[in-house]
Amino acid sequence: MSSNLIRNMLISAGLLGFFGALGTSMVLGIHQVTKEKIDANIKASLLKSLNTIIPADSYNNDLLQSTIQVPVDSQLGNKVATTIYQAKRDDKPVAVAFDITAPDGYSGDINILIAIRANGDISGVRVISHKETPGLGDKIEAARSDWITKFSGKSLKNPEEKQWKVKKDGGIFDQFTGATITPRAIVKAVHKALFYYQDNRKLMFLGQKEYDMLNPPTLVQQEN
Amino acid sequence: MAEEIPAQPVYGPITKEGLWNNNAVLVQMLGLCPLLAVSNTVINALGLGLATIAVLLISNASISIIRNIVRPEIRLPVFVLIIAAAVTSTELIMHAWFFELYQILGIFIPLIVTNCAIIARAEAFASKNTILPSLYDGLMMGIGFTLVLVVLGAMREFLGSGTLLAQAELMFGEGAKAMTITFFEDYKGFLLAILPPGAFMGLGFILAAKNWIDKKQREKQRQANLLAKTADSTS
Repeated sequence: MSSNLIRNMLISAGLLGFFGALGTSMVLGIHQVTKEKIDANIKASLLKSLNTIIPADSYNNDLLQSTIQVPVDSQLGNKVATTIYQAKRDDKPVAVAFDITAPDGYSGDINILIAIRANGDISGVRVISHKETPGLGDKIEAARSDWITKFSGKSLKNPEEKQWKVKKDGGIFDQFTGATITPRAIVKAVHKALFYYQDNRKLMFLGQKEYDMLNPPTLVQQEN
Repeated sequence: MAEEIPAQPVYGPITKEGLWNNNAVLVQMLGLCPLLAVSNTVINALGLGLATIAVLLISNASISIIRNIVRPEIRLPVFVLIIAAAVTSTELIMHAWFFELYQILGIFIPLIVTNCAIIARAEAFASKNTILPSLYDGLMMGIGFTLVLVVLGAMREFLGSGTLLAQAELMFGEGAKAMTITFFEDYKGFLLAILPPGAFMGLGFILAAKNWIDKKQREKQRQANLLAKTADSTS
């Protein structure tokens, strides 16, 4: 009786184990087949979005390889280290692209990709992800309206500091009917990113090693 | 478990059950979470529907194959395992070959695993039938689910954005851009239809329509019966 019970348990356990192994190997096999394609997709999609704000013919280095990590900074708004993509032409700085976070959107964080030319002008801004209201706040997407493209060519001097606001607050940037908080949050985040670039422009085109030497992580923590 | 199918697998009734009489959404009310979340455009709905069909086919077929090996006491964990493996594979394949659609559907692809319609078919049909009827049942249930998704998606997209088949290129390639139908240029949009409450209302209307059609048919049937009876008694 009891040996029969143990036998049954063992068979059931063995069957479960067998199906577990079968399922795992199936997923593993498909993972192997699709891995390269998925990696390539992610890279291509990243490069595509970078190229919408840094023209592909303006630089000739490998944008996805030429990156450094910079520590958390309140002007960037990100909660983790930020990756800086460095566009160079014949080793001369052309532009940097990095993502920033606007923490004060209408419903949570808005993630933004910004590119700034070496001379401090904005090359382009795009919203990567957001949770703003469909139909109102989502006009910040390039696919829905050209609002986000109006940042191109702007800099800390153009317009002057007082006017880096939405029109309702006395600035030059449009708000949307029924949605002021969303554009206001983005204008603020982009403005801060320009200050970050002004303060760090020399560091941002360095390699990771030189950057870490000039900007030791401990020092940054004390500053914060 | 060992209860074998009738000698002739009956495909007609399976079709009717899957598409209408026992529709996963309209009758069984299963898989509503992904249904309501992703049905904001036709293309999103179609994407999730096709992924669900794929998972249903794989899971029903595999479960039917192993139905005589798996003991009743461990069948549920095994079913769950198979469904999870099928969903993960589908997700990886979509990530590799339908990258942009994958990005839009995002979390709802892995969430197919929680679609009760799939384990319900495994338990109620595939574990009792041979492979071909099981495959066919998976296909019909999946199509039934997809049809409701697409109808709801069309309603919400039409009312909410005034278009149909927007972003068709995500699924059918660049050439499909022309498939997008814009009904009103400069349409302001109807926010309610796009937001989740719109999904619930849309589903409510579809349910009401189905019940109304069923009722009409029952009445017709009853009248036909009555007529036949009176004809009998007079003759």
